[in-house]
Amino acid sequence: MTLRAENISLHLSGFDLLRDVTVQVEAGKITAIVGPNGAGKSSLLRVLTGELAPTKGSVSFNQRDLNDWPVEQRAQMLAVLPQHSLLNFPFTAHEVVALGRIPHQTGTLKDAEIIDQALKLVDAEYLQKRFYTQMSGGEKQRVQLARVLVQVWLPCEEGEQILVLDEPTAAFDLAHQQLTLEIVRQLAEKGVGVVMVLHDLNLAARCADKLVVFDGGLVAAQGTPEEVLTEQLIDQVFGVKAMISRHPVTNKPLVIT
Amino acid sequence: MPSSWLIAILAILLPVVAFYSMTVGTVSISMAEAFSAAADSLFSSGDTVSQAQVILFDIRLPRILLALLVGAILASTGAVMQGLFRNPLADPSLIGVSGGASVGASLMIVLAGGAVESGLLMGLSLVALGAFVGGFAATILVYRLATSGIGTSVTTMLLAGIAIGALAGALNSLLSYFADNDMLRQISLWQMGNLSAANWAKVSIMALVSLLLFISFPQDSRALNALLLGESEARHLGIDVQRVKRRLIVLTALGVGVSVALAGMVGFVGLVIPHVIRLLIGPDHRWLIPGSAMAGAILLVVADSLARVVVLPAELPTGILTALLGAPFFIVLLLQQRREV
Repeated sequence: MTLRAENISLHLSGFDLLRDVTVQVEAGKITAIVGPNGAGKSSLLRVLTGELAPTKGSVSFNQRDLNDWPVEQRAQMLAVLPQHSLLNFPFTAHEVVALGRIPHQTGTLKDAEIIDQALKLVDAEYLQKRFYTQMSGGEKQRVQLARVLVQVWLPCEEGEQILVLDEPTAAFDLAHQQLTLEIVRQLAEKGVGVVMVLHDLNLAARCADKLVVFDGGLVAAQGTPEEVLTEQLIDQVFGVKAMISRHPVTNKPLVIT
Repeated sequence: MPSSWLIAILAILLPVVAFYSMTVGTVSISMAEAFSAAADSLFSSGDTVSQAQVILFDIRLPRILLALLVGAILASTGAVMQGLFRNPLADPSLIGVSGGASVGASLMIVLAGGAVESGLLMGLSLVALGAFVGGFAATILVYRLATSGIGTSVTTMLLAGIAIGALAGALNSLLSYFADNDMLRQISLWQMGNLSAANWAKVSIMALVSLLLFISFPQDSRALNALLLGESEARHLGIDVQRVKRRLIVLTALGVGVSVALAGMVGFVGLVIPHVIRLLIGPDHRWLIPGSAMAGAILLVVADSLARVVVLPAELPTGILTALLGAPFFIVLLLQQRREV
């Protein structure tokens, strides 16, 4: 177990955002979190990344309490891609991605090499010298993706690495959605644990090793996509009548509405 | 423009401007005379001191050095504040330091009556002391108002800064209302910013403060870059955000507090210079802060040289010149930016 939230509850300004949630993110695996709006997905991410302290329960990361890790060391092992970025200063794409190397002391040359590779990987090589403030929403998000990728690019001696993504595909066209899932898959194969919030159940079913379904601050179900995605569960959680079929090529569950 | 070029150009320009400024003033001293006076005071051990030497080394040199240091501090703290607040229109006055300083100075002028230049302490007047204490106190108040259990909210700080600024404005008006004519003139002169009272004691204090700031700022440049992404993103990049914020606010309050105390309110440098440098070389604080410091120094030395000669034989307060030079430049930049968008 790499990152584990145990029996956490989160109570914020009069609302129960999470109730007795236990979730585990393993290195080398992709965990997808799905659920309706306001179900507590983002709250869980904020607790898992140490942004919010749970009201009850604990979060452990690499055999230690998450908050016992010094911030600099934690940043070498845990990278987080938020849903929206506030950046409104004219950094170039290269400069934005370079920020992801701040926690590491690998030297400028090595960093530049990693940054170039990451920009190429997310199909943003042509944006290198462009200003972030003048990019489209999807381009910005790809640059931000490259920024968190370089943060976990090389293995860390301190412990297993985790990449947390909050709706990484929301701003992307079809091709870049596929690309993102492919990148995430490669990263998992290198041993990084990935946890992401997704809205598209079919995308989640295709790429995730484990699905966690949230509903009203509770975990409604968790397990492999095959175990979790049933017509009954989708009706119960989303209130939508759907049919579950199989993808003709991948044989993964396919939700048809 | 590559960042290193701009830094190199500024590094060449700064000493040239500073040296040229030595020759400018009510008494005109040519370059050659300035050189020979400098050589005299360095190599001759005679007791006779020429008039040129007195003007150059007791009046102009401290004044130029003070202008240089104040300009560097105002511009670099402006760059730091714009980064910390993630707002290109922020300036050091946002954290209340200028408002507080101006109340402190006015209070001293009104309390001490006409006798402000008496009671000198190490070359510092009571007004300078009042300004420094007022500025620092206001910043601490703004910081306290914006800090809760979770940390310091920059949004709340911005609002608290505006509130404290308004309060300071009201107190200032109140003090002006009770002041007599002579005091009023002193208050308004102080608010225009003036470097004419420069002396070596002031230069030494300013130099010490500058040294502290310019040793500290480079350590936080990367943290400031990360902070532009947002505070939680910076935390995920391993930055101790609360500590960085506290350190930068204290350093800014100290730097601006001392600058305002020694040179009065010199507007526009802290807002415009970082903005201009950012347009030229981008927002990377590792270059932006030193670039702004040098450009701020140059602007203030030039403005102060002009202040000495435009209305000969009288002198203009320097603060008027920085705004007169800075505002049109800024407007041109804004128009250009609007065309690009």
